Amino acid sequence: MRFLLVEDNEGLAGAVLDRLRLDGHVVDHAADISAADHFASTADYDLILLDIMLPDGDGRNFLKAHRARQNETPVIVLTARSEVSDRVGVLDLGADDYITKPFDFSELEARCRAVLRRRGGASSNAQRFGSLVFDALAGTLRIGEEVITLRNRELRLLEVFMSAPDRIFSKSKLVDRLFSYDEDVSENAIEVYVGRLRKHLAGTDVEIATVRGLGYRMSLIPGPS
Amino acid sequence: MTEIPQSSGSLSRRLTLQLMSGAAILATMLYFVVLNVARDLAETSQDNILFASATAILEATSVQGEEVEVDIPYGALSMLGNVSDDRVFYRISVADTFLTGYRDLPQDPQENGAGSRYFTDTYKGESVRAITVMRRISLNAQAADVAVTVAQTRTGQMATVARMSQVALISGAGFFTVAAVLAVLTARSAIRPLNRLAGSVSRRGPKDMRPVIGPVPSEMVPLVTSLNRFMARLKTSLTRSEDFIAEAAHRVRTPLATVRTQAEVLLRRVDREENRHSLREMIRAIDESSRAAGQLLDHAMVTYRTDHLERERIDLAELVRELVARLQPVAELKDLTLVADLEGDAWLHGDAILIQNAVRNILDNAIKYSPRERKITVSVKRDGESINLQVTDEAGGFPTEGSALLTERFARGQNSAGTVGSGLGLTIAKEVAEAHGGSLILNNTKDGGGACVTLQFV
Repeated sequence: MRFLLVEDNEGLAGAVLDRLRLDGHVVDHAADISAADHFASTADYDLILLDIMLPDGDGRNFLKAHRARQNETPVIVLTARSEVSDRVGVLDLGADDYITKPFDFSELEARCRAVLRRRGGASSNAQRFGSLVFDALAGTLRIGEEVITLRNRELRLLEVFMSAPDRIFSKSKLVDRLFSYDEDVSENAIEVYVGRLRKHLAGTDVEIATVRGLGYRMSLIPGPS
Repeated sequence: MTEIPQSSGSLSRRLTLQLMSGAAILATMLYFVVLNVARDLAETSQDNILFASATAILEATSVQGEEVEVDIPYGALSMLGNVSDDRVFYRISVADTFLTGYRDLPQDPQENGAGSRYFTDTYKGESVRAITVMRRISLNAQAADVAVTVAQTRTGQMATVARMSQVALISGAGFFTVAAVLAVLTARSAIRPLNRLAGSVSRRGPKDMRPVIGPVPSEMVPLVTSLNRFMARLKTSLTRSEDFIAEAAHRVRTPLATVRTQAEVLLRRVDREENRHSLREMIRAIDESSRAAGQLLDHAMVTYRTDHLERERIDLAELVRELVARLQPVAELKDLTLVADLEGDAWLHGDAILIQNAVRNILDNAIKYSPRERKITVSVKRDGESINLQVTDEAGGFPTEGSALLTERFARGQNSAGTVGSGLGLTIAKEVAEAHGGSLILNNTKDGGGACVTLQFV
């Protein structure tokens, strides 16, 4: 997906860029409103992540102008304000959602997904691997004619495997991707989800193999030929 | 809480009382003045006739040789009858010798033997008004004083005075009544600008710091000016502290967000388990501190707002629907099913921001403590006069002992080990409920499989 990040704090912007690029997203960074205006008017984005306190003005002004220009790109506001006071305000101004700093990236991803789903999707969602057609946004897995609706953690697990087929992911890394950091989970918890995915994949040309002592790997089953 | 200043008595009552006592003094004075004038008038008119009558008799006195002869004219006594039906007495004496009339009628002779003198005396048991007029005549070559005394009882005069005094009393009372009504009206109209000012200031919303523009009476201009100056100062300091909180939150949260995101990125890149463990601990600590900071700010905001509730008509069902939609992505992360069970609308008068905050805290708690793939139900039901918002989870319920303590600040349940939280969530919910005259009820579900938190608004 293509993101525009509007954030003046270089440290935070750098970290968010790194994090989004890790997942294979394309991200442009604007450090102030004028740069954001420039980017937003020259390129098409799937989503804009917008900070409120910017050096050359209030992010809400950008939001107002953005909506006044009939630009339909969804906006998620990154706010550092307190929980109570002015969160509703940004929704009234045309933001699709907001998230309070510091944020859990899984939550941000979930919110992006929810916003995009509500807005009718990003440019290209479906990923193919073997006979699988995976739509992370819709949360569906199509195998031939059959469409399976995945639960959230199954979906995220499959997303991880799809991002790098044939790569081995350790249980610990998978736990970090699937569970929030405040949950106490044993690494065995991941087996439940791998088990479920395997059930969905049964009979296809894709398998999730256990690599003893290392983790799991998703790959194509070598054909009979 | 608002402190009510000690009252030094009512201004309008004081004004009314002063105006009314003034009116009472004036009315009493009016009464006595009218009474005196009436008495004088009645007396003067009787005196004038007495004088005319006595003079007429005196003039009818003549010396015939050595005798003094009096031919009392008819009119001299009958004119007294014109005034009233009072009895008339007379006495004529010459040089202290009784001549005719009533011998024992008192008289008041003058030394110099001429002129007239009025007096009041008692005769035959009745009060009489009398006059003695004198003339010096020459009798047998000697000077002799003729004294004519005419007296009349005062029944008629007193009746007139009594009538007049009644009139004076009625007009005095009337005057007082009118003045009293005017006093009350005056006091009220004098106090009205003050009441209007108090009303317009107290009707304002808690954040309305606009100056009072008036128009106000000139006596109140200094008061209103200092009130406006005070509000301007208050506004500045409120704005400053709001800006300060926003700025502080920004300064704290932004670097926390930076560190957290960098830690997440590192977690993706690092393979060694010890390093990964440290990074996870770091993220937990960041989450804990930011959540604590957030809830402390929320709590401060809730405390501030419960003092000045901005009540409006809100639909609790709609509020819950929006919140549930907003929390859905968070619940989905744990594969939790978040269900809103709403029966129609549920209108109540309340502070939307506070109630939203309370409900969000309860839901946050439920999501946080729930094991994965369970169900959380929010229901809004009207039960007679009260509206019950109930959040039910399947997380095993509260420990049977100590659930009352959960709403205390910084208290956390036994199952909270390993879950990030500052323990202010239920405290906030309880304070919000109580500020609205409601309550927060903590129960376990009947089968004991989960907790049931109820916000009850009456």
